[in-house]
Amino acid sequence: MKDFSREEIDYVLDTAEKLEPVARGEIRSRLLDGKIISLLFFEPSTRTRLSFEVAARRLGGQVLNLGLVEASSVMKGENLADTIRVISAYSDLIVLRHPLDGSARMASEFTSVPLINGGDGSINHPTQTFLDLYTIRRESHLDGLKIAMAGDLKYGRTVHSLCHALSLYGAEMTFVSPPELRMPSEIVRVLRKQNILVKETESLEEIIGDIDVLYMTRVQKERFPHPVEYEKVSNKLKVTGDLLKAAAPGLKILHPLPRVNEISPEVDETPHACYLEQAFYGVPIRMALLALTTGVIE
Amino acid sequence: MKEKRDLKIQAIENGTVIDHITSGQALNVLRILRISSAFRATISFVMNASGERGRKDVVKIEGKELSVEEVNKIALISPKATINIIRDFQVVQKNNVVLPSYVEGVVRCKNSKCISNSSEPIKSKFSVLQSEEGVSFHCLYCEHVISEDIAENLL
Ligand SMILES: Nc1ncnc2c1ncn2[C@@H]1O[C@H](COP(=O)(O)OP(=O)(O)OP(=O)(O)O)[C@@H](O)[C@H]1O
Ligand SMILES: [Mg+2]
Ligand SMILES: [Zn+2]
Repeated sequence: MKDFSREEIDYVLDTAEKLEPVARGEIRSRLLDGKIISLLFFEPSTRTRLSFEVAARRLGGQVLNLGLVEASSVMKGENLADTIRVISAYSDLIVLRHPLDGSARMASEFTSVPLINGGDGSINHPTQTFLDLYTIRRESHLDGLKIAMAGDLKYGRTVHSLCHALSLYGAEMTFVSPPELRMPSEIVRVLRKQNILVKETESLEEIIGDIDVLYMTRVQKERFPHPVEYEKVSNKLKVTGDLLKAAAPGLKILHPLPRVNEISPEVDETPHACYLEQAFYGVPIRMALLALTTGVIE
Repeated sequence: MKEKRDLKIQAIENGTVIDHITSGQALNVLRILRISSAFRATISFVMNASGERGRKDVVKIEGKELSVEEVNKIALISPKATINIIRDFQVVQKNNVVLPSYVEGVVRCKNSKCISNSSEPIKSKFSVLQSEEGVSFHCLYCEHVISEDIAENLL
């Protein structure tokens, strides 16, 4: 994600917006007519895979879905470099999802066709960041944004990469987490160096009235030695109807999903809930990335 | 006078003196040169000597001149070292090592989940940055940064 400038990001978001009627099935498109898009997933990620598949089909492309690659006998025991060389000869574009850090960068050295990083290892998941930005732009606004991110800010790669991207737009950021899951200090340091206003707190109540967007993430039970501690933390970081009484009317709540219990079901019915729309926005964003990387849209 | 005597003990006729090695790195220099008990030339080294520019290590090797790769690796652990070529007891050439801005296949990434540590047909790639705090290596695959124990991570 660090490779993208603000102009490039804006261009992807603009393109997604143009393609949104196609994503909704209101307009038919043949932009990817005759193109074969290979989905190469080395770890399960149903949501990402499905939205890429839908995006490609909505644009009239053919999808070569390699399922979960480990299960495929075609590539048993083969290294990633060879797999990429073989599959790139079969396709017009590859979407790669792989558990090792830096695998997408390596794959790009071996592919003869464009390649999209559908998430590699624990650091990068650029298409998620694009769709988060797109959701914020569509449902709220990117300029002069006041955003709070809550939950597991220590390990959550989506929030790390979102912070970086939002810093390009000068957003004000508040990090809400228990002390043991705070945003890494190095990230906070870099943000402050870029003159980003950063606040850190443990309490949602304290800040709920003062933000445009609340980006919730899941706190994993495994991060805590005792279930009791987990309960304590997760109850504190819960979005409920009660909490939202103090929210600004325009507040939007995002969540990369799946959620556990950090957002109560009663919130779904409020105009604040945005996470299901966010999941849908994965389609136009991935359409834009497919169209731009294959060059069918310049 | 003292310097002279020192020189006498360790004087070499032909070979290399690696001078101004970062204090504490002499053994790592030997490691880079793959010098072990099987090595036949005479080696001497001084650790923690006080030189004109503070503490330093020095390694002297009889009968060997270094390859470019060896010099480049020494630069990674000791960016201020000088390589002095000795012929007929005289320093005939003195070069500063040069810290490269990019290294390939020289440093191992410390991130065990980095693709460069798997069995893929690639070499590790790092950009090398020098700041007041020292030298740091930035993996071009996984973005992991190594800023200490570089000697332990040399391939
Ligand atoms: N024949 C030799 N045998 C062993 N060591 C030598 C010999 N000649 C020089 N040296 C050593 O090689 C290094 C460089 O020698 P030189 O005479 O250039 O010293 P210098 O003027 O102090 O150089 P610098 O400014 O680089 O420190 C010194 O550490 C010196 O002791
Ligand atoms: Mg000297
Ligand atoms: Zn690495």
